Amino acid sequence: MESKDYLKDISEIKNIMNRSSRFISLSGLSGVLAGIYALIAACIAHKKLNTLAYMDYTSLSGKDPIRLETEIIYELIFIAICVVILAITSGIILSVKKAKKKKEKLWDVSSKRLVVNFLIPLFVGGLFCIVLLQYGIFFLVAPTTLIFYGLACVNASKYTLGDVRYLGISNIIIGLIATQFIGYGLYFWALGFGVFHIFYGTLMHFKHDRK
Amino acid sequence: MSILNNINKAFDHRIRLGIMSILAVNENTDFNTLKELLGVTDGNLASHAKSLEKSEYIKVEKQFIGRKPNTKYIITPLGRQEFKRHISALEKLITRK
Repeated sequence: MESKDYLKDISEIKNIMNRSSRFISLSGLSGVLAGIYALIAACIAHKKLNTLAYMDYTSLSGKDPIRLETEIIYELIFIAICVVILAITSGIILSVKKAKKKKEKLWDVSSKRLVVNFLIPLFVGGLFCIVLLQYGIFFLVAPTTLIFYGLACVNASKYTLGDVRYLGISNIIIGLIATQFIGYGLYFWALGFGVFHIFYGTLMHFKHDRK
Repeated sequence: MSILNNINKAFDHRIRLGIMSILAVNENTDFNTLKELLGVTDGNLASHAKSLEKSEYIKVEKQFIGRKPNTKYIITPLGRQEFKRHISALEKLITRK
C-alpha cells in the first residue's frame, strides 16, 4: 500500500520538475511541416539555380546576365523568408493547440526562457552570415547557418523536449561537413533543415504527442 | 529502519513536495508561477511555503517590480541536501518492495 504512494510521489516530482523547467507543449508535427516547407523551397531554389547555370549568352535575348543573377538571389532570399515565416506560424499554431489540449499556458516562464535561449545563438549566426555576405564569402553561408542553427537547438534543448538536442547536434555535424564540400550548400541545407526536421519531428510526434 | 529516518516529514505533503520539486530545478520562482504550477489557492500556498521557510529549506525574497510587490522563492543549500536525501529514501523504499 505504502510503496504505491511513494511511487506516486516520485512520478509527481518528475512531472512537476519537467513542467516547471521545460516547455513541453512543443509540437513534433510542426517540425515535420517545417521540414516539408524547407524541402519544397530547396527544390524551387535548385530549379532557379539550374536555369542560371545552363543559361548561355545567346539565349539571353538582350537581358543582362549580372542583373539576372542578382534578380535570382533576391528571389531566393524571398523564398527563404517565406519558409521561415510559414514554419514559425505553423509551429506556433500547433503548439497552441497542444497546450490547449493539455490545459497549459503557452506563454509562460518556460516558453519565454526557451525562445530567448534559442534566439541568442541564432541571432549571432544571422549577424555573422551578414558579415560573410559583406566580404563576399558566399560559399560559407550555408554551412554557417546550419552550424549556428544546430547550436541554437542544443542551447534550447535544456528548456524543452530533449530530442531537440539531437536535432541540433546533427545539424552542427552536417554544417561542419558542408564546409568541405563547397558548391553543394543547397543539398546540405535540404538535408539539415528538411530531412532532419521531418525525422526528429516524426520521432517527437510519436514519442510525446500521440498519447 | 534507517531508511525511514531519511524520509523527511517536512516534505510529506503534496504541496510542499511540489514546491521543493519546482525550486530544485529553477534558479528562483515567483509566487504566482508556483500557484499556477501547483494549482492551489493563495492562502494554501503561503502557509506551506511559510513552513518550509521556517525549516530553512527555502528562502524568500521580496521586492517591487514597478509598483507591484513580487515574492520570489529560492531553495537553500540545506533544502537541496534534505530534498535529495528524501528522494533517494523514496527510491530505496520502492525498489526494496
